[in-house]
Amino acid sequence: MTTAGTVTGTPPAVWLGRINPVAQIAAILAITVTALATIDLLTPAVLVAAELTLLPAAGLFQPRALLAKTWPLLLSAAGVAWVNLLFSASGGWDWTGSAALALRVLAVALPGVLFVASTDPVRVADALTVHWKVSTRFAYGALAAIRLAPLLVLEWQAIRLARRARGVDAGRNPIAAIRLFGGAAFALLVAAIRRGSRLALAMDARGFDATAGSTERTNARGSVLRSRDHLYVAGAVLLCATTTAVSVATGLWHPVFSS
Amino acid sequence: MRVGAGPAAVDVVGFGFRYSGRPEWAVRDMDVRIEPGERILLTGASGSGKSTLLTAMAGLLGPDSGDARGAVRVDGRTAVQARDRIGILFQDPESQLVMSQAGDDVAFGLENRGVPAGEIWPRVRAALDAVGFGYPLDRSTHALSGGEKQRLVLAGAMVAEPGLLLLDEPTSQLDPDGAELVRAAVARILADRGTTLVLIDHEASPWLPLIDRVLEVPFGTTQGPLLPIGSTQGVLHSNGEDPLLRAAGAGYSYRADTAARPALALTDVELTAGQVTAITGPNGSGKSTLGLLLAGLKAPTVGRIVASPKLAGRLGDRPPHRWRARDLVHRIGTVFQNPEHQFLTGRVRDELSLGPLRAGAGDRAAHDRAEELLQRLGLHAYADANPFTLSGGQQRRLSVATSLATRPSVLVLDEPTFGQDPVTWAELLGLLAEARDAGTAVCLISHDARLVDGFADQELRLTSGVDHRQTAGFTGPGAAETPRSSDDQLGRNPTK
Amino acid sequence: MSTPSTPHLTEPVDLPGSGHQHQSELPAAQSGWRTVDIVVTAVIGVAFGVVFWAWNLLWSATGPAFVAFPPAQAFMYGIWLLPAVLAPMIVRKPGAGIFAETLAALVSTLFGSPFGPATLLYGLAQGAAAEFGFAIFRYRKFTWSSALLAGLFAGAIAALLDLVLYYPTWAGNWQLTYVSLVAASAMVIAGVGAVLLSRALAATGALSQFASGRTGT
Repeated sequence: MTTAGTVTGTPPAVWLGRINPVAQIAAILAITVTALATIDLLTPAVLVAAELTLLPAAGLFQPRALLAKTWPLLLSAAGVAWVNLLFSASGGWDWTGSAALALRVLAVALPGVLFVASTDPVRVADALTVHWKVSTRFAYGALAAIRLAPLLVLEWQAIRLARRARGVDAGRNPIAAIRLFGGAAFALLVAAIRRGSRLALAMDARGFDATAGSTERTNARGSVLRSRDHLYVAGAVLLCATTTAVSVATGLWHPVFSS
Repeated sequence: MRVGAGPAAVDVVGFGFRYSGRPEWAVRDMDVRIEPGERILLTGASGSGKSTLLTAMAGLLGPDSGDARGAVRVDGRTAVQARDRIGILFQDPESQLVMSQAGDDVAFGLENRGVPAGEIWPRVRAALDAVGFGYPLDRSTHALSGGEKQRLVLAGAMVAEPGLLLLDEPTSQLDPDGAELVRAAVARILADRGTTLVLIDHEASPWLPLIDRVLEVPFGTTQGPLLPIGSTQGVLHSNGEDPLLRAAGAGYSYRADTAARPALALTDVELTAGQVTAITGPNGSGKSTLGLLLAGLKAPTVGRIVASPKLAGRLGDRPPHRWRARDLVHRIGTVFQNPEHQFLTGRVRDELSLGPLRAGAGDRAAHDRAEELLQRLGLHAYADANPFTLSGGQQRRLSVATSLATRPSVLVLDEPTFGQDPVTWAELLGLLAEARDAGTAVCLISHDARLVDGFADQELRLTSGVDHRQTAGFTGPGAAETPRSSDDQLGRNPTK
Repeated sequence: MSTPSTPHLTEPVDLPGSGHQHQSELPAAQSGWRTVDIVVTAVIGVAFGVVFWAWNLLWSATGPAFVAFPPAQAFMYGIWLLPAVLAPMIVRKPGAGIFAETLAALVSTLFGSPFGPATLLYGLAQGAAAEFGFAIFRYRKFTWSSALLAGLFAGAIAALLDLVLYYPTWAGNWQLTYVSLVAASAMVIAGVGAVLLSRALAATGALSQFASGRTGT
């Protein structure tokens, strides 16, 4: 399952991958706050344009591959626009308003797509624990569980096939399909909990629980913040500030919920 | 953080343990002394507490998990205190690997112990060399075979330079090649470092050249000192086999080929009533895929699976993968590697009656069938228990029985003896032999050489990328008569 | 192949009657997070992430219909909130809800969820809101009352986030209806679901490492 396989694999070395994960996260936060604060058209448009320029840096230049990764997102952005058209408070057909909302969804979501395409979970855990002092037990415990994700996907598939082999399938009945799904999800949960328990034991056998006590856990790979990381964050903040300023100056800026 | 050095000694004094929430004691009054550098094989019946003893030696049992009596000491300290001197390997490599890259996983133990980053990587490389791991440090752990994974886990344990190495069924989930990899790696390590070893493995004979002493853990309510079993021979149970040959009834043949790297190269196979066909081959040769195709759970991308008119009945020409599940279940039964994947209900009794009900039997008939199977399996006492709570061996027998409940004409089993102790192995064999005698065509996908040699009537050995059409690889009686073209096979009754 | 309920460490074993206490150099007090608590909470999140991915696949055909009429979506909402309520029920440690729900969102994002990485924001908020439901009872009650409350809060937060992010221009009464629907659905599906699910899991014996598995609640 290629999608699942890349969850824990190292993505190809792309330019954006050279930016430290915490810098990327800081930038994402800045952009999210900026985009969410307003519902005008200009702010998200500028942000999305800037994000699109970074796509090649994240290795996403094939339009077809990009579409394959993002079609659900595009679909839901379109859906958002549609829904707001239908239920908006202003009573009319507010096309620009709806377009603005759709763009806003993209502005918030695209940086995440860039992040996932350019970085590797281990590096994220290293960066978070080294620079932001996130608890190592939780970070690496989570990482170990994430490593199991592709395996759980395989188990899911085996569970579905196993049910068919037992003579149980849903045919066209949606209620039956849901019940079948529920049963399979239960079996997956049991398998996951069993695996997790055994994994925890193996981790303790290698001293993982000692780190809760006196021993300070070291990091074999380390994480470094360079000037390019600071520049990246500065650039993102600058972009957000400028966009907001322009938007306010032109009177377009429209705080959310202020109607 | 290098604490102490050299092989460790183990002292077990009057040790007993009971898991929380269970009324019975897992082990009681155990005494044993193991000298530094000794290599011990622990044997004993399933349920005698070998694993519990090993886990206690690893220092992983505490008041949180149950009540303890007596002491387990390693080099004078309690096992819990001495954990940094102890390495342990369990059965399932997948549940022991923590990181997605090989080097990172080995480094994990050192990071936990606060070893400075500068010292870590040289030690990681040394540990990987010590086990003979040939891949670079950034090798993805997903891309390794079972044996290689287990070897990596071993490196991760040895990197901390333990004085005591404990192995709890390290090869029972591996194919023969993988098991050999692991044994070789352990042998290298013992030769280099002389670490004390305590091993549990019901596939004991390949390990014997390494072993100094064999200790049996007695089974029962009173245990005493572990008794050495005289010589190091004869620790295996015997198996029985019944030779049998029956004339053909149902037959399948098919060919499959996928793009670039086929999961399964073009293959012909015939399953005939009352015959046991074994499908063997190394990992990656497509054994499981073949099983899924035969079971009607996956559609071939090239070629066909054909069910004879006798099997298909009113379903006519439709290939098995297009059959409704309830039509499939009483024609072709499939037993998956992990029994828990197939449990659908909350009671053993319901599991057994589900298949017949889905196939259209009435309530009464289904109930009777379930009763019959409960008796046969010796699971009557567990009739109302949750299937997930059964032991591994019981679950395995239950999953075979549930597939037999609908009396399918064909039975496909994926690694039925995977990870099973000798007693369950023998019982499974009995169940399968009965099925075969009743005229079921049994198809075994297995790397268990004893099962295949002793039980199979014909064996198809798969190799990756190699054409397995009728002209190649088929052994066993009747091979000379099998035709070249699959079209001839429909409805043909080969003579004996 | 099932191993005996895998045991766990803390203190050493004493010779009976020796009167000699061994000190363990080891970890957090009993109320702290053991490794198994961390890993199993995380794994619950990851497993649900996989389930969400599969759920998305299942409904990808009818997806657009849901998107076009969100009130329909409101009925299904509770599923997304299950990890936030279930994890605390099983593991019974403060923070389990946030941890599990965030990881479920993370895995869902990594597998390409339709809502993109905003899911992470939701995960954090939903988890925190569910935590609140348990925190009100000072993390001592792990039955119907805390589960339903946790579900309710998580649902309310999720709906509010939706309004801010996706539907800020809706008329006020539509917004109120939406929040109520989602919160109610969450209370039923996530709250009731978590209680039933934790009992069913306990019955399989998979929870033998946890208090919730031994007492059978």
